[in-house]
Parts: sequence; C-alpha cells; structure tokens
Amino acid sequence: MIGYLALYIMTPLIQLSQITKSYGHVSALKGIDMTLHENEILGIIGDNGAGKSTLIKILSGVEKFDSGQMFFSGQPICPHTFSVSSARKMGIETVFQDKSLGESQSIWRNFFMGRHRKNPLGLIRVRHEKKEAMRVLTKLLGMDGVGISPGAPVSVLSGGERQGLAIGRAMYFDARVVIMDEPTTALAVREVGKVLGFVKALKKEGKSGIFISHNLHHVHEVADRCLFIQHGKVMAEVHQKDASPEILIETLMKCS
Amino acid sequence: MPPLPDFIKFNSLQWAISLIFIILLLSFMALAPHTFLHSRIYIAYLSTIPFAGMIAVAMTLVVITGEIDLSFPSVMAACGFAHATIYTATGSPAQGLVAAMAIGAVAGGLNGLLVVGFGVPSIIATIGTQFFWRGLTILLAGGLALNMAEIRDTAFYYVMVGRWFGWLPAQAVWFFLLTAFSWLLLNRHVFGDHIRFCGDNAPAARMMGIPVARVRVGVFVFMGMVTGLSGAMVCMEMASWWPTQGEGYMLLVFAAVFVGGTSVFGGKGTIYGTLIGAVIIGMIEAGIISCGLSGLWTRMVYGIVIMISVSSHAALTKYSKG
Repeated sequence: MIGYLALYIMTPLIQLSQITKSYGHVSALKGIDMTLHENEILGIIGDNGAGKSTLIKILSGVEKFDSGQMFFSGQPICPHTFSVSSARKMGIETVFQDKSLGESQSIWRNFFMGRHRKNPLGLIRVRHEKKEAMRVLTKLLGMDGVGISPGAPVSVLSGGERQGLAIGRAMYFDARVVIMDEPTTALAVREVGKVLGFVKALKKEGKSGIFISHNLHHVHEVADRCLFIQHGKVMAEVHQKDASPEILIETLMKCS
Repeated sequence: MPPLPDFIKFNSLQWAISLIFIILLLSFMALAPHTFLHSRIYIAYLSTIPFAGMIAVAMTLVVITGEIDLSFPSVMAACGFAHATIYTATGSPAQGLVAAMAIGAVAGGLNGLLVVGFGVPSIIATIGTQFFWRGLTILLAGGLALNMAEIRDTAFYYVMVGRWFGWLPAQAVWFFLLTAFSWLLLNRHVFGDHIRFCGDNAPAARMMGIPVARVRVGVFVFMGMVTGLSGAMVCMEMASWWPTQGEGYMLLVFAAVFVGGTSVFGGKGTIYGTLIGAVIIGMIEAGIISCGLSGLWTRMVYGIVIMISVSSHAALTKYSKG
C-alpha cells in the first residue's frame, strides 16, 4: 500500500496532457491524457486506427504533436526540438516491429548498433561487445543458448528472440522507458511467452515500459495498468489489481 | 555432433570462393605446369591485378551500402587526365596523384549529391555521371592521348608502380594496404558498421541514430578517391593517358565483387571475398592462354566461373536461411 502511494507522490516519468495530432483533415489524437510512473508497465489497448501508433510515434519522437503538453520527469518537452535522438538521450527507447534490427548483421552488431564501444584508436572493441551482448541476452533475459552466438546473424533468431534482442539492448543502454509496439503480434504461442518474459525482466530491472497491443490476454499478463484508446481519446483506465481478462474485454466492448 | 565454430558456420561464402580459387589454380598448375609452377606468372599478376582490384574493394563498400557506382570507368579517365595534366604542367607526379584523387572525391561527391540530395537511384544517377565525366574529359583533352614517358625517371613513379627489390611491383603493396585498410574500416570501424546497417535496413539505421545520408555520401566519395588513385597509377604504369582509359574495367570490377559473394541487395559482403574474386578474374586470361587455348576462350571461361560462383553463393545463402 505504501509503495502504491509512493507512486503517486513521486513525479511521474512521462506525463501527457491534452495531446493532439492531426494529419491534414484527419485528427488522429484528440486530446490524450496519460501518465507513466517509475517502474510501471503500462498497457495501451485499442483497435486498429484508434490512434495507438500515432501515440507511440509522438512518445518516441518520430512525429511532433500539434498541441498539448508533454513532461518527462517533470521537465516540459518542446515539440519542435523533440526527436528520436533526443528521446533516446532522455532514456525513452522504442522497439518497433521491423525498424529495430538489421537482419543480415550479427547479433553483437545489432546490439551495439549506433552506439559502439571504441578503443583509443577509434576501432570497435569486438570481443568486449560480444561478451556484453551475450551476458544481457542469456543472463538478464534468460534466452537459452541454442543457436544464439554473438556472431550469428539476426536472421537465425525467432520472432520473439528478435524482440528480446531489441528490449535487452534498450535495457543495457540505460533506457528508463521501453516502448514496445505490438511486440507479440504475429508470434507463435511459445514466442509470445518469451516476449512476455522479457517484459517482466524489464520490470524486474527497475525500468518502465509501455506495451501496445490489441491482445488483452498478453497485456493483462504484464501490465500494471491499462489504458483503452478509441477515436484518438483515452476512454477508460483499469488497474491490474482489479482487472481480469474478462473485465478488460468488457471495458473494450464498452469503449468501441 | 559438436556445433561448428562461428568462423566456419557464418562464412560459408568465403569458404566457397576460396575453394573455387584453389580448384582453378590447381587446374592451371596441372594444365600449364611450365607457367604456373614458376614465379614469373605470379609476379606478372601482382603487377596487373591491383588496378581493378583496388576499385573492386571500394566498390564492395558501395554495394554493401545498398548502392552501385557505374560511373567509375569515366571517373578513372577524368582522374587520369587530371594526373597527366598536372604532371605535365608541374613535373611532379605526386601533385598529379593529389589532383587525381581530388577529382575522384568531387566525382564521388556529385554521385552522392544526386543519390542522397535529389533521391535519384544510384544505378540511374551514375549512368548520368558516367557520360558526364567521359564527355568532359574527352572535350578537355580534345580527344587526344597524352604521353608522359619521362615520368619513369621520377622517384615517385618508383614508389607507386616501380619494381621494389628489382621484382616486387609496388602497386601490389598499395593494393594490399588498401585492402587491409578497407577490411579494418568495414569490420572494426564504426563507419563500416554504419555501411552495413544502411544497406541492410536503412529505416532501422536512421531510428538508431546512424547518419544514413552522410554515410552514403561518404562511401561514394571514398569510391571516387580510390578510383582516382587507381587511375593515376594506371597512367604511371603505362606512362601515358588515353581517352578511353577505364573502359575495360566495368565488367572486371563487378565480376570481382559478385564472384566474391557480396550481395547486390546490400548489407552483406566481404573484403576477403572481393580480394579472391579480383584474383580469380585477374588470373583467368593468362591462365587460359598458357594452357594452350586461344584467347577466344577467355570470355566464355569468365562466364562459366562467374556463373558457378554466383550460383553457389545463392545456394549457400538459401541453405543458411533454412
């Protein structure tokens, strides 16, 4: 109970108020209010076209919002200068379904992509990077060793393991929030289990996460709180402690 | 069965090309022992292979980035012309080399501008620049060749294309150094890492903060500078410049790159593969003739070797994807 209270006393990690975004005449977001606390996994549920992907793009710095306010750790964020790289510098890292990895490149290269460790000569510290990548994947995320070696191309990994690589990479580089865009869509059941495991590992490491999905069961298993989005607005909020998948389904029905 | 070590499992294309090279070399040795069991032919190869080989190494980086440069034969002529002109004017072959590489960098920058700045696909943009540089060069040269016989007396000539210790062609040493440099760049430097991801998944590279536009321009500029280096060295080796310089290199360079296992789709390729590819392509002609066949055979054998290599690469790539 005290921990729960503390959540609300502390400054939220991310706070959005009345965020809007339109593309030409189509308004995708019509005033979104959202709060993400430290070490919280927030599930965002919505149908196709509800505005989920626009919301992720705004949070990750890909798109700029039209009006409203966004705070990170209490600091206001200027929509004009906010970009993917400034988001990453603050510790907001996004795992996009197909925009996160280079398939033909090795696991260790993907892990350190764009952020290599260099020696004084400016060359990549290959051995160190291989060791670190494997440490995170096997120890922190609990991937089993079969087929996973640092020199293997990412194309040998299963769909769930690829999500794990991107999530583990975000954790390693001290992301405070990892935004996951439909991480379980198009995965086999066993793979879904792996990905949900990675999300739990994320929470255990003290990180926060935003888990976007339209599968209520997956969200229910990992999220502390769920937001329901429809027609560019937040329609409902459900806490994990008083939620069952049935209640979530009911809420979704009411929203749409 | 114990798992295969990484360097065998993930380098199957390099093993394949090495095997093809060894088979080819052994057959030449068996069919033409008088030539291929003596050092003379290998020293001759060391003097001929580097010119196209250097360009092929740079082209490998271009192709891994997901781009292609069809303009290099003309850029080579333009750079050679710059070299010959500056040498004739100043008497300094070193200044000529600097001029050639500078023109090469400008030509690479122009390709980069068209491809990155205007968004023209590189296969189209470099057809345009290929005509432009050849045309400009012929115009400036008045269609005439330039003779620079006295360049052979300069010390710089000796450094670049002389015969060190009385036998070792200097260009082979420069080729080796450029190859080693490019290997380091591609495998151990961040720029090489950027090249790989630009060719593999450019949107992902952009998302992860890789300066995709700068990397692509940089690769074209590097390609241009190496082309300039090779063009100037060919001029020095031949002690002359001629307006059609570089025209025979187009097929040699691409054959070396693709025989070496670099993927035309970008993201995948090795410097080692291209090195072996360049050696294979460079040794076929003399090999065929010393086997007692007429020169009429060469093109067909090129065709066969290229078909076998690229087919085995395709099969291995498919197999490794499962």
